[in-house]
Amino acid sequence: MAYYIVRRLLQAIPVLIGTTFLIYFMVFAMPGNPLLTLFGDRTPPPALLERLEQQYLLDQPFIIQYLNYLGNVVTGNFGISFSGQSVNDILARTFPVTLRLAFLAITIEMVIALSVGLISGLRKGGIFDASALVVSLLLISLPIFVLCFIAQFFFAVQLGWFSPTVGADASIPKLILPAIVLALFVVATAIRLTRASVIETSTADFVRTAYSKGLGRRRVVPVHILRNSLIPVTTQLGADFGLLIVGATVTEGIFNVPGVGNTLYQAIIRGERPTVVSFVTVMVLLYLIVNILIDLIYAVLDPRIRYVK
Amino acid sequence: MSAAVPAGAVPASAPGGPLLEVRNLEVGFRTQGGMVTALNGVSFTIEQGESVAIVGESGSGKSTTAHAIINLLPGSGRITGGQVLFEGRDLATASRQELEEVRGKRIGFVPQDPMSNLNPVWSVGFQVEETIRANGLATGKREVRKKAIEVLQQAGLQDADRRLRQFPHQFSGGMRQRVLIGIGLASSPRLLIADEPTSALDVTVQRRILDHLESLTETVGTSLLFITHDLGLAAERAEKLIVMYKGKIVEAGPSLEILQNPLHPYTQRLIAAAPSLASRRIQASGQHLGSLAHTEAAPASGFDLITAAEERAEQVEAAPREPAVVVENLTKVFKIRSGGFKSVDFTAVDDVSFSIQKGTTTALVGESGSGKSTVAKLLLKLENATSGSISVQGRRIESLRGRELLSLRRAMQPVFQDPYGSLDPLTNIGNTIAEPLKVHKVGDRASRRERVFELLDQVSLPRVIAGRYPNELSGGQRQRVAIARALALKPDIVVLDEAVSALDVLVQAQILRLLAELQGELGLTYLFITHDLAVVRVIADNVCVMQKGRIVEAASTDQVFGSPQEQYTRDLLDAIPGAGIQLGV
Repeated sequence: MAYYIVRRLLQAIPVLIGTTFLIYFMVFAMPGNPLLTLFGDRTPPPALLERLEQQYLLDQPFIIQYLNYLGNVVTGNFGISFSGQSVNDILARTFPVTLRLAFLAITIEMVIALSVGLISGLRKGGIFDASALVVSLLLISLPIFVLCFIAQFFFAVQLGWFSPTVGADASIPKLILPAIVLALFVVATAIRLTRASVIETSTADFVRTAYSKGLGRRRVVPVHILRNSLIPVTTQLGADFGLLIVGATVTEGIFNVPGVGNTLYQAIIRGERPTVVSFVTVMVLLYLIVNILIDLIYAVLDPRIRYVK
Repeated sequence: MSAAVPAGAVPASAPGGPLLEVRNLEVGFRTQGGMVTALNGVSFTIEQGESVAIVGESGSGKSTTAHAIINLLPGSGRITGGQVLFEGRDLATASRQELEEVRGKRIGFVPQDPMSNLNPVWSVGFQVEETIRANGLATGKREVRKKAIEVLQQAGLQDADRRLRQFPHQFSGGMRQRVLIGIGLASSPRLLIADEPTSALDVTVQRRILDHLESLTETVGTSLLFITHDLGLAAERAEKLIVMYKGKIVEAGPSLEILQNPLHPYTQRLIAAAPSLASRRIQASGQHLGSLAHTEAAPASGFDLITAAEERAEQVEAAPREPAVVVENLTKVFKIRSGGFKSVDFTAVDDVSFSIQKGTTTALVGESGSGKSTVAKLLLKLENATSGSISVQGRRIESLRGRELLSLRRAMQPVFQDPYGSLDPLTNIGNTIAEPLKVHKVGDRASRRERVFELLDQVSLPRVIAGRYPNELSGGQRQRVAIARALALKPDIVVLDEAVSALDVLVQAQILRLLAELQGELGLTYLFITHDLAVVRVIADNVCVMQKGRIVEAASTDQVFGSPQEQYTRDLLDAIPGAGIQLGV
């Protein structure tokens, strides 16, 4: 098992180098001098501009800048943002907020997907199943910002159950509404997948055998149907994590959550190479770790899967 | 008689009355085109302690009957009429709770396929223990565990206490079937329904498991409802036979009586087609096929395995003698990963030598894992041998490349076991058969089309089938298509890897007959790979018995069946069902 984890982590290294290179190159290729945008309408004195360019190595060729950046990252230094803050500090401030949001959303997604998917699957073709299908189609077709505005308007402004924006103090209760919206954004596929695998498992031979042993529905459904249906759904949750981060960028903007999405968006607008690349690097790393975790959970759920020791 | 009737169980209604009485049972499946009848007025009884077998081909409704009794019909299946009286209570109209009381506790069930009937994500112990708990056979963690070990040991599982924590995939097929039998018999039920409990297993394993099942049901006094497609097996294992055809019972009565004097034409056809019975009859007739007189009443629709075997034997005797295939000291070693970068050698084929004369059939027989399919792959050059040599028509095949390899393929064609898996579902039958011709650039479009029709005629399929797709054909038709494809290039040698194992007895008999006819017409050489010695008796001239990668016995079919030299061969022969049955030959 330890061997397997180490091997997976080693595999992550080329992926990380590849993604940072791509992102760095794309930010580099963006038109315009990023420093000029900082000054807005005013024209900075050439001496200052030159000093800043030297400080951020902007006068060097692309490959030097990239290698210098990579060298710093290896030593744990993600560089300094254009506003003079250490990128490490920004990461430490924003990532916990977004992670809290993401895991809250994943939990909500799981609860909805499993319960709705299970009932739909067991009563295939019934009224519940049909309505669930319609609602999931609706959720798939709505862009996430529309979902955000609808939730903000009805639940926060009209009903006043939640505060419409989150603000600086991103505590769990305040994050619930954006988390629900995020969960709804990805939940439809998970519902359909749960439903499909529940239907498939229900017709499995071992389910009939379980009934023939004298077991009741109350035991067969959770123990023999739901448990086996979890396996494909778990894999889907891993893939959803990536989607959630994307959704978080929009959701955080609308609900004013001081998280990764919000900050990254600002950094992209300003063309801040160190910040953008560092954020993406950490995201890729997180995504890889989450998927290794999913693979490990997978092995727990399905004993047939054993990773080479 | 009953060892342990659980507390609170409902007593049998009328003492001395039948344990199970099925009256006019009707079952339908709801489809898009309305209800389709699967069972049409089935009636029979099972007395206390009696063993009854239901026989029929797939689709005859035998499994549906078994599932209807415990009200566990798959999908849209519903009981549409009739009664299932078990101990005087009608299970067809019983509530869910009542059914749960009966299932497992009063009626045990052993399913067909050991691979799919245990939940792969729970340990074997868990699945046995939940049965024990659900039926109130023991309470308390330790007691339940003790009972689980007892149940598995009774079912013939060695070191059960150690294996409780293992998962189904760590068990062999035979072991899993023992677990399922243990579960079925856990609460010493009054009735055990066994739905083809051994059809997925090797013959020797089948024999051991059925012997065990028999002794268990005898000691407990359990009645047995045994479902099978093999008449020989049914007659050997049950006192009473029920023959089903298209959802109806066509004949029922004492087993021996039916076998010796079948009245219904369908039963006669089944008897004629059963390889186990045919091989027994050939053996009983005294060593050589030629001496077998044509005195038997010709079966209604004419597929008699013995007739087919005789015709073939005559043709083969006339064939010239020259080796088509010579295999010498063939060895194949696989590397199996054992964690990390290490690997362990596994010798699948170990120093195997044999030769096949032109125009004859050599059978390669063995249980699963004996290496027989690997030999086929090596011969077809789908795998490369570790050492040893293979010559086909005088040419060594090891170093063949490119064009030469293509010409080898042209001379030697395979037919595989699974007629569902070996045809591309997205390609129509005509194109499937024409594909080898296209690959080898034989003829033009029109002539290829002609050849496809010719091949369809040869395998007795209607020409219209060329435009159909595999999912529209039955298993037997698909296997005919696979044979037609193999014959497309006019090969000299055909490798048949378990080519009839997946088929029903009647279809199997048709295909065996077809193969025999084609051999006569085209002078084909067959390598026939199978685990079923009974089939070998009717199709092969020579037999090689394989065990653990080695050939342990090789001789003519008559010799192997008449005076087997090895204990292993004798075990395989004994395992052919129907040994003790006297047939009116």
